[in-house]
Amino acid sequence: MGIRFILMVNKQGQTRLAQYYEWLTLEERRALEGEIVRKCLARNEQQCSFVEHRNYKIVYRRYASLFFLVGVDNDENELAILEFIHLLVETMDRHFGNVCELDIMFHLEKAHFMLEEMVMNGSIVETSKANILSPIQLMDKAS
Amino acid sequence: MGSQGGFYQSKEFLDLVKSIGEARSKAEEDRIVLSEIETLKRRISEPDTPKRKMKEYIIRLVYVEMLGHDASFGYIHAVKMTHDDTLLVKRTGYLAVTLFLNEDHDLIILIVNTIQKDLKSDNYLVVCVALNAVCKLINEETIPAVLPQIVELLAHPKEAVRKKAIMALHRFYQKSPSSVSHLVSNFRKRLCDNDPGVMGATLCPLFDLITNDVNSYKDLVISFVSILKQVAERRLPKAYDYHQMPAPFIQIKLLKILALLGSGDKQASENMYTVVGDIFRKCDSSSNIGNAILYECICCVSSIYPNPKLLESAADAISRFLKSDSHNLKYMGIDALGRLIKISPEIAEQHQLAVIDCLEDPDDTLKRKTFELLYKMTKSTNVEVIVDRMIDYMISINDNHYKTEIASRCVELAEQFAPSNQWFIQTMNKVFEHAGDLVNIKVAHNLMRLIAEGFGEDDNTADSQLRSSAVESYLYILGEPKLPSVFLQVICWVLGEYGTADGKYSASYITGKLCDVAEAYSNDETVKAYAVTALMKIYAFEIAAGRMVDMLPECHSLMEEFLASHSTDLQQRAYELQAVIGLDAHAVESIMPSDASCEDIEVDKALSFLNGYIQESIEKGAQPYIPESERSGMLNISNFRNQDHHEASSHGLRFEAYELPKQTVQARIPPASLASTELVPVPEPVYPRESYQTTTVPSVSSDAASTELKLRLDGVQKKWGRQTHFPSTSTSNSTSQKTVNGITQVDGSNTANSRTRETYDSRKQVEISPEKQKLAASLFGGPSKTEKKSATGHKSSKPSSHMVKSHAPKSSMEVASEKTSPVQQPPDLLDFGEPTVKSTAPSLDPFKDLEGLLEPTTQVSSAVNHSSTAAVTKSPDIMGLYTETPAGAHHKDSDILSGLSNSPMTNMVGGTTTMQVAQTSKSPNLKDSLEKDALVRQMGVTPSSQNPNLFKDLLG
Repeated sequence: MGIRFILMVNKQGQTRLAQYYEWLTLEERRALEGEIVRKCLARNEQQCSFVEHRNYKIVYRRYASLFFLVGVDNDENELAILEFIHLLVETMDRHFGNVCELDIMFHLEKAHFMLEEMVMNGSIVETSKANILSPIQLMDKAS
Repeated sequence: MGSQGGFYQSKEFLDLVKSIGEARSKAEEDRIVLSEIETLKRRISEPDTPKRKMKEYIIRLVYVEMLGHDASFGYIHAVKMTHDDTLLVKRTGYLAVTLFLNEDHDLIILIVNTIQKDLKSDNYLVVCVALNAVCKLINEETIPAVLPQIVELLAHPKEAVRKKAIMALHRFYQKSPSSVSHLVSNFRKRLCDNDPGVMGATLCPLFDLITNDVNSYKDLVISFVSILKQVAERRLPKAYDYHQMPAPFIQIKLLKILALLGSGDKQASENMYTVVGDIFRKCDSSSNIGNAILYECICCVSSIYPNPKLLESAADAISRFLKSDSHNLKYMGIDALGRLIKISPEIAEQHQLAVIDCLEDPDDTLKRKTFELLYKMTKSTNVEVIVDRMIDYMISINDNHYKTEIASRCVELAEQFAPSNQWFIQTMNKVFEHAGDLVNIKVAHNLMRLIAEGFGEDDNTADSQLRSSAVESYLYILGEPKLPSVFLQVICWVLGEYGTADGKYSASYITGKLCDVAEAYSNDETVKAYAVTALMKIYAFEIAAGRMVDMLPECHSLMEEFLASHSTDLQQRAYELQAVIGLDAHAVESIMPSDASCEDIEVDKALSFLNGYIQESIEKGAQPYIPESERSGMLNISNFRNQDHHEASSHGLRFEAYELPKQTVQARIPPASLASTELVPVPEPVYPRESYQTTTVPSVSSDAASTELKLRLDGVQKKWGRQTHFPSTSTSNSTSQKTVNGITQVDGSNTANSRTRETYDSRKQVEISPEKQKLAASLFGGPSKTEKKSATGHKSSKPSSHMVKSHAPKSSMEVASEKTSPVQQPPDLLDFGEPTVKSTAPSLDPFKDLEGLLEPTTQVSSAVNHSSTAAVTKSPDIMGLYTETPAGAHHKDSDILSGLSNSPMTNMVGGTTTMQVAQTSKSPNLKDSLEKDALVRQMGVTPSSQNPNLFKDLLG
């Protein structure tokens, strides 16, 4: 499976985007988000960007006020996931221009579309920014 | 803001987002969402809603669910939206459906049709969108509905479609491998697709396939190696570069695959050595992504057939990781070390001090990883140090999941490497004391068996010493205020069995302790049952030894309580105890022989000891016993009439519980149906038969001997808990047990925690390095003297490096940020030129080569125009973007402060400052941000101080 979920959470712990690659009920999601957000937000910057949680790991990275949290299986390469997060942010930045939390909030569906291009079935499938963004740009043009 | 990000949404939507963004507490957010739900419920079902408006409603629904509230009232509208002709609207519909519904939801069936239609669309973007949905919504049953179309799409001219079709097949394989087993060759075919994106995606299913069946894919080793080589030689389009590394994510996936294929296969591994060595050399170890690849190389090297040169490179990389100031790299280093020591155990030694630093690091993640490493390198020489450390850590944490894991690891290591029985018992005591309610009950049974059996050698004195020390330690531990139930069970059993065995403690002392336990844990019936049985054993041993039994007054009152207990199990035990005490020494000795817990009990299944009794009865005219199987046909009314009589006579002999469930159900149904229609006949004749069977079976064994036998059996079964005879109470009281344990655990860990901390501190204060050296020696120093010497050799050099490290943490953060920020910028400037580079043909050549290698007939499609659409990137913006100077830490701080301020006055002030901050930090892209602000203001959403972070550049 690899990636189990991708979350964007601000530093108050409010969810800004949530994508799960395995089905969880609303209650399960809520519990999980509360638990891991509490865990990750309590850590300082010197500490590892990885946290073990139950039987998987969370790789997280902070950009300004926003935390990107990715839940991965234990055999996943943590550093690579850390860079995947950065690739995602760079991609969003290329699309929105100086991407900020509000961009993601106002264009939640677009942030999701980018993720749809980058990750399928919990695996990273596309890492070229041009390939990720082209369907979204074409769609924008058409409508 | 350019064309992409224009805020074309309605004011309502912007207001919603703004209020959510500015919500300062979960409660406030909940209020906003709840009122939003009311609005949406009203509005979403209004007729003739324009589709743009509908799309907005659906996104608002996504918000509702994302923030933890139920939006199921709107699901159907999301489903309907997938029918729309406008791509953006359709895709939003699909997105919402994939977020809302799981694949087994009832509404999915309505979408399958739409998906089928969309898969046939002429517009490849529509096909892509449908394929995204296929990956999330199609379940095992609906796979056949779309499978043929997916297979067709594998040959689609657009690479984006082929890529997603492969992933759809991958999904089907994950869901139900058999559904696509005949299509596996497609994955091999797509591996040599013209498009690197399709090739990269194909690695995902291949990885899964190879994980499940390595041997069928050995032929692909050459291809994977050749792809990896070409990727590493930068022969892929520049667009796949990330921070100057060529297609790092594809490299990592390939290395993972090679690790699988080369595992234990010398021949396959030999093909890989060159390319992996090349990557080791080429990787830039100053960037995160370079280190990610290096780490994957180490994993690969430690998995494939060992090669000395590669192992050396791996060891070098590991030492660089461990020496780094970055905690992330240290973590990776520790993990990598754990992999490599399986092949070359000696490598751990040179990093011993780094390992100990990580072990003592305040960062929990690093600490756990290090414990994992220690677990892997445990042997009989260092087991004591490692397990002691693990237990100390186990005591200090509250995370039950990890506590359970580390407790079971301690038990496993202790069982495997214990240097002495005494140590083993003490270790187990600690584990039970602090995590008793988390460990598996089997561990307790193992411990009891070990104490009973000894370590297998026929050394009786050692065994009795073991038991004596166990008894002694348990009597001491009983002084603790709260203990976990499982542990108490072990204690009671051992005290009962061996408490008086060595004559050190008197029976009254042990029984007094047992009574205390039963009283102190009065809501734990399992413990009480163990205590009573233990009391019975002590008294039995006393009687058998010819001593006068003098029951303690508290024991008397306890027995009186149990004799009237609601628990039949407790009652029975109490009565048994009473009965045993009344017997003479000889009888007691045969019922309860001392130290016989390990002796096998022969169960006379034929019940031959009853023969005489049966003979007597038959002679008196009783009916001979007919087995149940032969009896079934003879059932008649007279038997039913006799039922009451039977039951009365055999009442005391029932072994099974009354069979209530079926009968009560049947008994209940008739009255209900009678109420409605009186004519319905009551199906009565069914249940007497059942009760008849249950009563006749036990009636056979009504001898005193059988109760005795039962008594003995009972005790044995309970000790090991293997069979169904295990006290039925154990399930019934599991809940009460838990609450008790909850308290125990908190108490225990708190006291222990402070205790260990004290020792820890005092140890640290004295002198750091000698302590560490000692630890290092005990962890890494093997049995041989030479190893120890080399350990001391390291000592002299290491302390200085440690000193440096202890000063480092403050600056390490800065270093890390310096490291990443300059690196991340240049590549993106390079990326800027990617559209032109990408469409050039030469870069695709390698894959044509590969095609020839693998399958000469595959089509050479014109992949030139692929992603020509990508040329529409807004290049000028990017230039501006990366020349921007990063906003300093001061800005951040002021933002946080103003964000926290509450009064309206400060809000005003804060508002202006943050606006300035936002603008200064965005200065290079002033036009963009001004446009953004203007648009937002136009819509009535002013960037206020309430959540200035909303406007902050993420990459600032």
